[in-house]
Amino acid sequence: MSDVLLTVSGLTRRFDVSKPLLNRVIEREQKQFLTATADVNFEIRRGETFALVGESGSGKSTIAKMIVGLLEPSAGEIRFDGKVMDFASGAAMRQLRRRFQMIFQDPFASLNPRWRVGDIIAEPIRTFGLLRGAAISNEVGRLLELVGLSRADIEKFPHEFSGGQRQRIAIARALSSKPEFIVCDEPTSALDVSVQAQILNLMRDLQDEFGLTYLLISHDLSVVRHMSNRIGVLYLGRLVEVAEAKRLFLEPQHPYTRMLLDAVPDLALSGRRRTPVTGEIPNPINPPSGCTFHPRCQHVMARCRSDIPVSTATATGEAACHLLVPEPIREPQNS
Amino acid sequence: MAEPLLSVRDLVVEFPTRRGTLRALDKVSFDIAEGEVLGMVGESGAGKSLTGAAIIGLLEPPGRVAGGEIWLRGQRIDNLPREAMRRIRGRRIGMVFQDPLTSLNPLYTVAQQLIETIRTHMDVSDKEARARAVALLDRVGIPAAARRIDDYPHHFSGGMRQRVVIALALAAEPELVIADEPTTALDVSVQAQIIDVLKEICAERGASVMLITHDMGVIAETADRVAVLYAGRLAEIGPVRDVIQAAEHPYTVGLMGSIPTLTQAAERLTQIPGAMPRLNAIPQGCAFNPRCTRVMDRCRRDRPELIARSGARHVACWLYDSAKETANV
Repeated sequence: MSDVLLTVSGLTRRFDVSKPLLNRVIEREQKQFLTATADVNFEIRRGETFALVGESGSGKSTIAKMIVGLLEPSAGEIRFDGKVMDFASGAAMRQLRRRFQMIFQDPFASLNPRWRVGDIIAEPIRTFGLLRGAAISNEVGRLLELVGLSRADIEKFPHEFSGGQRQRIAIARALSSKPEFIVCDEPTSALDVSVQAQILNLMRDLQDEFGLTYLLISHDLSVVRHMSNRIGVLYLGRLVEVAEAKRLFLEPQHPYTRMLLDAVPDLALSGRRRTPVTGEIPNPINPPSGCTFHPRCQHVMARCRSDIPVSTATATGEAACHLLVPEPIREPQNS
Repeated sequence: MAEPLLSVRDLVVEFPTRRGTLRALDKVSFDIAEGEVLGMVGESGAGKSLTGAAIIGLLEPPGRVAGGEIWLRGQRIDNLPREAMRRIRGRRIGMVFQDPLTSLNPLYTVAQQLIETIRTHMDVSDKEARARAVALLDRVGIPAAARRIDDYPHHFSGGMRQRVVIALALAAEPELVIADEPTTALDVSVQAQIIDVLKEICAERGASVMLITHDMGVIAETADRVAVLYAGRLAEIGPVRDVIQAAEHPYTVGLMGSIPTLTQAAERLTQIPGAMPRLNAIPQGCAFNPRCTRVMDRCRRDRPELIARSGARHVACWLYDSAKETANV
């Protein structure tokens, strides 16, 4: 299908968190791995905003880094516009890289404090050789105006700007190589709400204007609800549910999604009685067997402890939960 | 009305700098009633945490209280000598800070820290203090408290650590707990648990809470009244329901509109143009006037005082002045 811009299949990333070799030999320990993402599948359509939500340690940022090519997957593949991303080939990656950009969480860390704003924004243009000479500064000025800053800001340094303005600079930099796809990793979580509103509105306007596709990573469900078309919910590195944004909030299918929605304090003052949240996210080095959510789940069954649920189609999208699949009649198992 | 537990009157906090004195809090007044939860919201730099720090006398020098009074149950506490203040801190006013990792000492076990706090403020034996500590940990929801009390802070997860901090704040049975962004460092599912614990345990002991946060959702679910700070001044204060559902100060209106919600999908969020002024550039008159959509001449000239509105609400805005100037609205 041509309207799918990005397809992620079986994406897995393990990190080696073992002690040094000598310690392992002396203490007779095995190598240890942390599985940050396990077998993640989703696709992003052209022009939509796809969001990934999850709590800390759920693998959101790891997925983002793999998609923009900053981390190599341990298994699985990423297809961008029909082409498989080849991490081994620098030239192929370089060609793809122009077409996607990233906006990071902390605008205080993502801009080089010793560079002028003009140079920061022009860097992708120069790297990809898109423009030359005076055309560059012209383009940088245009981009600055586009994100609501002024042309005169070219000469300034990042420290002269507030958090919200810095995030605008980061957005201008991301737009400078004329990408089709932007990965936004918690773009507003370092900002105050009124500034957050400005940035979210700006991101929307730019999307309408340039037909951008966004992958939005956030832990804030209300931001995600506001911005995205479809949402993927991550728990301990696994995608537990994917659904249309509107319906996810009305009809959550996976018990974890339900719990997460219940936990968000809201302004409606509905006084709704919420199911109390129990437990915490387990250690990802040694995750629970079967469905990783089973120790916290209210509907836990025997097979949740043994089998990893596979993603199945639901009314709203897909979800990975044994509740959604009728229990198969147990046949004597040999394997 | 009964005498309030805490009464803050015209509090002014200043930071002398080489380029002049910065006024970080400017004539802030509010009360906290017995058993009440007062939410304190505002954006970064509005002076939320400073208010808390001024009340317990922990302003970082060179910051100092330059004016106003703070009364705790009829006793003036802003001018107490250090030693007297030290006895109030912890004993009568407990604190919960944002980052549980920095408010616990990593070199001592949880038991040592709790027992030290309890014995500093109360006349009990070591054994009794330990029993109290275990009961407290159990109350804040730490499983197997009797065993885990001898663990070090790094053995606990973020949420569990914050529970320990709450236990520590409540160890000496204070009358007031100041919670400064208690859940900001935590995940939502853990945040909900911590808020519940804090709310329940304070209600149970009749302690009042001053909850400082930037998260309106947390306030909505927890507080009885809410105070909105802007550029070191109180913009609006009143019952949570009134302020959230029918904000009156244009800043609060804008703030509420800029928060995306789970229940309704707005195409665009309301945005307040501009940013909060820096402390060295607070405009004359109302601090919000350059960003306000309903600004009048008077707003640029005179600073509005808190004006009493219906219910228990007060708003610092000239729009609600009964002796209205014939203004261009």
